[in-house]
Amino acid sequence: MSIMGTRVIRTEDPRLLTAGGVYVDDVRTPELSAAARLTFVRSPVAHARIAGIDASEALSEPGVIAVLTAGDMDDLAPPPPDSGEGPSEAPAPIGGVWQEPLLAVDTVRYVGEPVAVVITDSRYQGEDAADLVSVDYDPLPAVIGPAAAVADETLLFPAAGTNVMATHPVPADDAPFDACEVVVEQDIVNQRVACMPMEGRATAASFTDGKLTVWHSSQNAQLCRFIVAGVLGMDPGQIRVIVPDVGGGFGAKVGIDRDAIVVAWAARKTGRALRWAETRSENLVGMTQGRAQLQRIKIGGNRDGRILAYRIDVIQDAGAYGRIGLLLPFLTCLMAPGVYDIPEVQTGFRQAVSNATPISAYRGAGRPEATAAIERAVDLFAAEIGMDPAEVRRRNLVAPDKFPFQTKTGALYDSGRYEEALDKVLAAAGYDKLREAQQRRRASGDVRQLGIGVSAYVEITAADAGAGETAKIEVKDDGTAVVYTGSSAHGQGHHTAWAMLVQDELGIPMDQVTVIHGDTDLIPVGVGTYGSRSLQLGGSAVHKAALEVKDEARHQAAAMLEAADADVVLDTATGLWQVRGDPDTALSWAQVAGHTSGGSLIADVSFAADRPTFPFGAHVSVVEVDTETGQVTMLRHVTVDDAGPVLNPVLAEGQRHGGIAQGAAQALFEEVLYDADGNPLTSTLADYAAISAPDLPSFELAASETPTDLNPLGAKGIGEAGTIGSTPAIQNAVIDAVSHLGIRHIDMPATPQRVWTAINEARKAGNQ
Amino acid sequence: MKVDLTVNGKEITADVEDRMLLVHLIRDVADLTATNIGCDTTSCGACTVLLDGESVKSCTVLAAQAAGHEITTVEGLAVDGVMHPVQRAFHEQHGLQCGFCTPGMVMAIVSLLRENPHPTEEQVRTGLEGNLCRCTGYHNIVRAALAAAEEGAA
Repeated sequence: MSIMGTRVIRTEDPRLLTAGGVYVDDVRTPELSAAARLTFVRSPVAHARIAGIDASEALSEPGVIAVLTAGDMDDLAPPPPDSGEGPSEAPAPIGGVWQEPLLAVDTVRYVGEPVAVVITDSRYQGEDAADLVSVDYDPLPAVIGPAAAVADETLLFPAAGTNVMATHPVPADDAPFDACEVVVEQDIVNQRVACMPMEGRATAASFTDGKLTVWHSSQNAQLCRFIVAGVLGMDPGQIRVIVPDVGGGFGAKVGIDRDAIVVAWAARKTGRALRWAETRSENLVGMTQGRAQLQRIKIGGNRDGRILAYRIDVIQDAGAYGRIGLLLPFLTCLMAPGVYDIPEVQTGFRQAVSNATPISAYRGAGRPEATAAIERAVDLFAAEIGMDPAEVRRRNLVAPDKFPFQTKTGALYDSGRYEEALDKVLAAAGYDKLREAQQRRRASGDVRQLGIGVSAYVEITAADAGAGETAKIEVKDDGTAVVYTGSSAHGQGHHTAWAMLVQDELGIPMDQVTVIHGDTDLIPVGVGTYGSRSLQLGGSAVHKAALEVKDEARHQAAAMLEAADADVVLDTATGLWQVRGDPDTALSWAQVAGHTSGGSLIADVSFAADRPTFPFGAHVSVVEVDTETGQVTMLRHVTVDDAGPVLNPVLAEGQRHGGIAQGAAQALFEEVLYDADGNPLTSTLADYAAISAPDLPSFELAASETPTDLNPLGAKGIGEAGTIGSTPAIQNAVIDAVSHLGIRHIDMPATPQRVWTAINEARKAGNQ
Repeated sequence: MKVDLTVNGKEITADVEDRMLLVHLIRDVADLTATNIGCDTTSCGACTVLLDGESVKSCTVLAAQAAGHEITTVEGLAVDGVMHPVQRAFHEQHGLQCGFCTPGMVMAIVSLLRENPHPTEEQVRTGLEGNLCRCTGYHNIVRAALAAAEEGAA
């Protein structure tokens, strides 16, 4: 029986559970045995000119080896000049008018921006000395939030003449809305949130004999090497990037931040091996954050429930620097219509800089924002026409016979059964019974009201399908196999999944398969793990490599058995090569590999898909809202998340669980806040309301598997689906619980204060 | 200052700064790196270890305060290479993904089950309020704790 689709517990776990992982700060290698500590001096002000930096007091402290600033970067080439084109949809160029320096040169643009580094013998000395570096700041007015950013009253980059990095205007054609019986408009805040992997950013570096080795907590070693080589002016061959165990990424560890590049530069500059592992207080101001959109939506349709027109206009807060180009609002606009077949869809965005931590990818990256907007819009429309929100959804879903479906925004949805997913989740939740229970509570005037929220979603995964992924399989003469993957696990279970693929195709047992990732000396070419791409691209690459190594082995075995290639077959149950119909001729993988001139069988491949895939699903959230306190309690969360055939339900469910929780975190709890001067108010975990176990119920997952034909596994991405589906379902549930009071919208996070305020205002309005 | 303490059954004598945190002694002096640091406000629980059998956040205990006491980290939990029932339950229930919160989470549950050998799901969730995980949504961590309790882990 094939191992595919079976519940296999992880091969990674015994080590992580007994010895602990080896994260960057745990690496104990001779090259780092005498490593010094690097500590950043970070800006305490949101926007200021730097009038001077005085390191003399710090330098006199015991254990201080060096204090370095931008002025010491005389060994780096100047950044490229302004191309005059502004940021593209690719990651922002390092040069040009919006240039982000490695260490602040003459201006700081957010609290937490790196200004200098202190290198000391020990960690505690570093914290002491960093406090003694005296930086003279001349404060400038701070620009906080997307609305202020586009107002252009204060400019972050005066040479640009504006804070707006790019404008894609929404078509101002009201005719499709004018033809509707009902039109609803709403401003929606998709708030700034922290990615907050449990392991913050961490880097170590050593420079010996012209070779730079960088240990970095990243989602893709090869991209790190490419970036470091470019910034430090080195040949990539002189650089080795090692990504050891990574304590979560969620998008914020794609590539390598300026802070980490500074560590690599400083190691080369000083000739000292260096270690840096940020504190959580640094992490919550220094690591890129997510979302941060202001959305204006307009939805129109008829009273029969048919939606005829939808518009979304986005202001994307980029934070101080355009780290990820225009990717987030681009994806929000691309996915704007969601699962609905809407005749007219209008999208547009502006992206602007502000004096806050830079925004980049966070689990979903542009798609949760799209889904949150359309799913709110559909509920607003349903409330306006007085129709059940699940029924409105059903009447507008893209029909199953329309795939592949070209959306009005230019996406090509590969496959989907949207109505089936909706029906399945409604049945699993017992939707009709829930509505009855809600009616009973409303009728009895219960203080604790029940809310039922529905979302239906589609998202885009492996958006850069053409970039593909690499895999190399080596079967050795002891019959074991090694998989080298360009994909980059940081909790997803690649080592288990890739071994399952090898066992399934080659019959080499999982425990005889070693998976290696994240070392550019061993795997010079690879793309990495982000955008829910790993299984469909990286897994398909492993599958392709397995097929190639099998072909080579078949040829080898045929020669050994003096048979035609076509007559030699592999029994994947036993891992033995045989001449068809002659069980006595069996050869093991060890024998076949041992017979080759090199002593091993190798296939080195890359796999690219023609187009992205579009997973979909539907969620039902059930919440209780205490109408006296505004407290929201999640009672149930039921989901259908269809990402094609499941390789290992254990792993896929784990991805869904984590995704649902992060989506719930945005709906109910988490928000990065600044005061008017740009001081962060949520820079520790005592202030940032990270979601914890008592905030959540156990989740109820229903299965659904609709394959794609874009890769041999039929797989789509599952890593971000839970987040994308859960946030709007929960937000809708909260609003649904109090909709009988006349409340139509409450922004996220739906904190008790916000919910109570909405209830209070609705009651006041009702009494007038 | 000089401190003597026992870590996973091994006696350790070290000359440390007065202000050294227990977690740094565990990681840098005892060289046991499974115990991680996830915050600086005693909020996340990644650094949870047992001090004389009870869970503490080792970022909030001075090394000096641990003098004369017995510390157990996740490396000291398995006996003769056999995983503790809580470790085994984490493996079987997929209670970990990236693994960073795991050592602290495991130690917190070991301590929780000693106090309450047969907790309800709600009691497990409340008991884990001070231990953050960003990967699992807590679903399988809670299942692992309940499964370990079922097995009589306490």
